[in-house]
Amino acid sequence: MSQNNTLLKQRINPQMFGLYLGLASVLMMFAALTSAYMVRQAAGNWLEFRLPVQFFYSTAVIIISSVILHMAVRNYSQGKFGIYRILLLLSAALGLGFVILQYAGWLEMELIGVYLTGNPSGSFVYIISGLHAIHVLGGLTALFISVLVAFMASSKVTIKRKHRLKLLLHYWHFVGALWIYLLLFLILQN
Amino acid sequence: MATLTKIDEEKLIQEQGYNDHFHDHHHGDKYKSNFITTYIFSMDHKIIAKQFLITGMFWAIIGAGMSIIFRLQLGFPEEDYSWLRYLLGKWIVLDEAGVGSLSQEFYYALVTMHGTILVFFVLTAGLSGTFSNLLIPLQVGARDMASPLLNMMSYWFFFMAGLVMFISLFVSTGPFSGGWTAYPPLSALPQASSGSGAGMTLWLVSLVLFVVSVLLGGINYVTTVLNLRTKGMSMWRMPLTIWAFLITAIIGILSFPVLVSGFLLLILDRSLGTSFYLSEIFIGGQALDHVGGSPVLYQHLFWFLGHPEVYIIILPAMGIVSEVLSVHARKPIFGYKAMVLSILAIAFLSFIVWAHHMFMSGVNPFISNFFVLFTLIIAVPSAVKVFNWIATLYGGNIRFNSPMLFAIGFVSMFISGGLTGIFLGNSTIDIQMHDTYFVVAHFHIVMGIAAFFGMFAGIYHWFPKMYSRFMNDTLGKIHFWGTLIGAYAIFWPMHYLGIAGVPRRYYSFDTFDTFRHFGTMNQFITVAAIVVFALQLLFVVNFFYSIWKGKKVTTQNPWGATTLEWTTPITPGHGNWPGNIPAVQRWAYDYGKDGREFISQIEPLAEGEKEH
Repeated sequence: MSQNNTLLKQRINPQMFGLYLGLASVLMMFAALTSAYMVRQAAGNWLEFRLPVQFFYSTAVIIISSVILHMAVRNYSQGKFGIYRILLLLSAALGLGFVILQYAGWLEMELIGVYLTGNPSGSFVYIISGLHAIHVLGGLTALFISVLVAFMASSKVTIKRKHRLKLLLHYWHFVGALWIYLLLFLILQN
Repeated sequence: MATLTKIDEEKLIQEQGYNDHFHDHHHGDKYKSNFITTYIFSMDHKIIAKQFLITGMFWAIIGAGMSIIFRLQLGFPEEDYSWLRYLLGKWIVLDEAGVGSLSQEFYYALVTMHGTILVFFVLTAGLSGTFSNLLIPLQVGARDMASPLLNMMSYWFFFMAGLVMFISLFVSTGPFSGGWTAYPPLSALPQASSGSGAGMTLWLVSLVLFVVSVLLGGINYVTTVLNLRTKGMSMWRMPLTIWAFLITAIIGILSFPVLVSGFLLLILDRSLGTSFYLSEIFIGGQALDHVGGSPVLYQHLFWFLGHPEVYIIILPAMGIVSEVLSVHARKPIFGYKAMVLSILAIAFLSFIVWAHHMFMSGVNPFISNFFVLFTLIIAVPSAVKVFNWIATLYGGNIRFNSPMLFAIGFVSMFISGGLTGIFLGNSTIDIQMHDTYFVVAHFHIVMGIAAFFGMFAGIYHWFPKMYSRFMNDTLGKIHFWGTLIGAYAIFWPMHYLGIAGVPRRYYSFDTFDTFRHFGTMNQFITVAAIVVFALQLLFVVNFFYSIWKGKKVTTQNPWGATTLEWTTPITPGHGNWPGNIPAVQRWAYDYGKDGREFISQIEPLAEGEKEH
């Protein structure tokens, strides 16, 4: 039925749109935390300290992971399954590396005497990076599931799988970009 | 069919509606396979709407019942309440003579729970949850929500939030008792009061679950409105209900996460010993370790949600009222575009006025000026809406039935309560009025009673769509007149109390000579509150009686309305329309046009007819 086709030509996929709305609410959560940071900082009694160097390594790692995931999705669309599987796995491994580096960063902060329970300037860094890491872990779970699917499901390019990969990709780009914003924020505020 | 040209195809859709092949495969209907999936874990938006409504009614009775108990203590402090021991147990304290009175801790817990329950569970979930779910797919011409699964989860997260809050009422230290705004340090230190312990922990868990529910619902509402409108339903043809629900959902998506951030920091202060909100505190003679926090920070985060929240409550009511007024005045809504733009303006302004709740919290007076300005500007779009409602009524062929009466009552309440908002929005007057009964009167009228009136208008109006029966109109009218007069009798005198400086949330005024002569006024308010509460029980009886015994709906469009929900069968099944989805040809308010009483949205424009 040709009538049906006009309905399918939707402005934007509803799931993708729903994802964007969800991301908007995540963004608001971090906007709230970073503005709370500014308000509290302006009030004085604020401990200044250097951000752990691991945070910079992790930034590079998550950017590379994002780029690789992008390439993986493109290779899937082109039906190049060998490269797609390897790139997907690599991207997931780098995502895990990001979380580990963040953890190393927190250990480093403890080492220089900045604790979760001390001056709010330190607490804020823990909370902001910690809440972000939780969002990365959420994405990572989806990423590892898609790795499993990539290795176990048949080598077929379907609209449904392509669509799911795109959802994952956009989320992954989002958490990466969010981290860059948060890091820049923390650097510029100090 | 494949040879049809594009123009033929368009014409076919215009005439016959849209075939989305919804009914082509019927095996394994995921909506209605058994009792549990039909009525409990349902994914059908109409059932979910009823679930939200009935859960909201349950909470409304509990929340309002609490207010009756604390009003008894306020109005008649000398009376013996030992008979309430059967209900409240140890929270009724007996003195040496055996005279029982409400314990002071529990009084504050009741005030706190009353606020939390009414604001979040009744007027957010019960109002927006019910009508967004019921009307969005029906009025935009969709089979269901964009994601029925997330929609179902939205309800069950709300249910879990309610369950946790309900459990908190029964813990031995009592539910949270620091006011619904949960300001630290009272909320941040478990040792601060008995309600700040387990009660507060459960309160936080409950509200985080609630936010998840709101976000899941909101994402769905916005996605459905923007993506699943039927052919011809352009944004400017949408009924005002849909506009209101859409903007409400957007406000929720943007403001509730901020509350979560605020709660997150509060949870860490409570349990991990951080100092976001706490500084240099002595409690029970002991100095605490917390240094460097700021309680005002919490207030900023809380009110960044808290103020938009009042519009989350009132906008759906406004949308419902606009629709009901137009249908029952048999006139197009006056100034449709102005109505939409007002909703947008209110939504925008709602995000930049939060500090008007904090004029007395030590906010810089120069910064206060901006918040005063923006707050007063909200009066402009609000006034536009009020004028348009009145203009819609003017010269209308008004049917004075229950939905219409409540819609008119809404306008009355919104004007009365809105005017006092102009007082409170001025930071200088707020110095006197802050935390007095004037504030209590203001917000109860403008967002409590008004939102309830909008909700009642909606229930009476769409009850035929929900249950294929009418509610009893005579009982509805008694409900309306009693509630209108009673609500004014409760809240009007409170303005005087407030102007005289009587503070809110106080347990007793015996020790203040200044306030002692208000005893009889407090008695009057309490009696009025009891009468109004009884009338709401009458409504509940009418509601449930009418579900099974009400007058049956015999025609598809009993109100003679133009919108799409009345083009579905009397009892719409899963998928809403048995055949094709109708295509929309005109806006939603063609009443009294070209000598016809109303023209449905699906009727094509006649030859030479101009769209509104």
